[in-house]
Amino acid sequence: MDPILETRQLTHVYSPNTPFEHGALLGVDLAVYPGETLGIIGRTGSGKSTLIQHLNGLLKPTSGQVLLHGSDIWASKEATRAARFQVGLVFQYPEYQLFEETVYQDIAFGPKNMSLDKDEIDRRVREAAAFVELPEDVLQTSPFELSGGQKRRVAIAGVIAMEPSVLILDEPTAGLDPAGVERILANLQAYHNSKNATIIIVSHSMEEMARTVDRLVVIHNGAIPLQGAPGEVFAHESELENMGLGIPQITRVFHRLRAMGAEVDPSVYTVEQARRAILAALGKGAE
Amino acid sequence: METPIIKTEELRFSYTGAEGGTPLVLDGVDLEIAPGSFVAVLGHNGSGKSTLAKHLNAILLPAGGKVYVAGMDTAEEEKLLDIRRTVGMVFQNPDNQIVANVVEEDVAFAPENLGVPSEGIRKRVDEALKAVGMSEYATHAPHLLSGGQKQRVAIAGVIAMRPKCIVMDEPTAMLDPVGRQEVMETVKSLNRWYGMTVVLITHHMDEAAQAGRVVVMSQGKIILDGPPKAVFSRVDELEAVGLAAPDTVELCRQLNREGGLSLPLDCLDVETCAQALYSLLAQRQRA
Repeated sequence: MDPILETRQLTHVYSPNTPFEHGALLGVDLAVYPGETLGIIGRTGSGKSTLIQHLNGLLKPTSGQVLLHGSDIWASKEATRAARFQVGLVFQYPEYQLFEETVYQDIAFGPKNMSLDKDEIDRRVREAAAFVELPEDVLQTSPFELSGGQKRRVAIAGVIAMEPSVLILDEPTAGLDPAGVERILANLQAYHNSKNATIIIVSHSMEEMARTVDRLVVIHNGAIPLQGAPGEVFAHESELENMGLGIPQITRVFHRLRAMGAEVDPSVYTVEQARRAILAALGKGAE
Repeated sequence: METPIIKTEELRFSYTGAEGGTPLVLDGVDLEIAPGSFVAVLGHNGSGKSTLAKHLNAILLPAGGKVYVAGMDTAEEEKLLDIRRTVGMVFQNPDNQIVANVVEEDVAFAPENLGVPSEGIRKRVDEALKAVGMSEYATHAPHLLSGGQKQRVAIAGVIAMRPKCIVMDEPTAMLDPVGRQEVMETVKSLNRWYGMTVVLITHHMDEAAQAGRVVVMSQGKIILDGPPKAVFSRVDELEAVGLAAPDTVELCRQLNREGGLSLPLDCLDVETCAQALYSLLAQRQRA
């Protein structure tokens, strides 16, 4: 399958030719496939935010390329503009970017900029609101009267309303309680399923990544030292720890069990997998 | 008995003003905190936990009921300065709490305002930076530090006032796993080695598990209160209020339910959980 989005030897240097010169990305090759849910993990300062800002043309590569459907997004002004609509980016704490008088207007801001007609904008606003479970009566209230979790969902709806084929979210669940986290993840899943959209999630939480994504990419010092299915990536416990990243608590339990001498599968990374593995080991796996 | 450092009696509060206003964010909170203890206050978004925190050093005043800080009624205006000296607050976002361009100047800000003579300030700043493990950064610029380091500078700024108690409102919410760990180690050492009372507001179960006592809030009321093991083993009640037990506890619960087992529900960390599972597996293999 051809990637929907790809970077080739992507390099980004901040403040070039000054004493503060800093290479944030160093020759990164990344391929994102249509319809997948991809997780990007890395410490603060690893280069992950710099990377995602390249994926929809907010930052221009110092060298290397970003390709959308195989063509360079910097080839022409039109190509760059198209990339910004097709690749939607939700920043960290997006609720601080709400500014309109009503929730409806805030969600409509993106589609309006796409010069769509009024009916189409209306359809998109209502559909986006439904994806993030915002009730109809909230649409006419001020976004500033909502709770933190609701505000965040309004901000996400604002990007969903542009119907991007790739939706990128930087720490979409930061600062939310467990119920709020589940809700946002379920909303993203709904958008993914309904539009066959590609989803890229940047997160610090390994537990959350473990049960959400198909594939994980680890960014460290501006490069990608590890990528693969969560089970494969989490097998590299000590390397991840050296990069200042952890592995899910459940995986650590299973690594510990192995070290004690129990014969269990070390590639377990969710509670459900763990439950099945233990029941199987007890001979209760059949039912 | 020793005077509690913090005591609330029938505390009620509503952001809409007078007593009887709706909705009640705090609805009759009775809480006593003993000097030198480490208490975590856990609750979902909107449970009232941050509102409670803001009552503990008179940022907010009760609409009904009383709050006493070391025996002083927070509603008495002439006690305000003494109350603020007794209880220091640390907030979520380190960027909003740092005021100076040099780390040690930032830490000196509070004691300067308290009118401490300059040699006294020097001593307090050095001690505070040492307590949070940031001495070597004394002359650095705060904006170039990592999130965890900035938050530790913010904590140093509070402890330079030498409060008896420090209240932290989700101090790790905006940090990555390494930053969170740095702050948690600092918090524990302040409590253990400096005898400071710590009230930690959080919705991270793994952080709350490190406290000596966990108070769970929902809808403006305290619904559970006790040592971490006792509180976290009540998984059903936690789930009902939008919280979740750590994955290790959740695994044991699912195994009990689906495998007819009777694992203890107090496995708060990897080691305890692995031990419990190992003895279970070993037992079955022998049988």
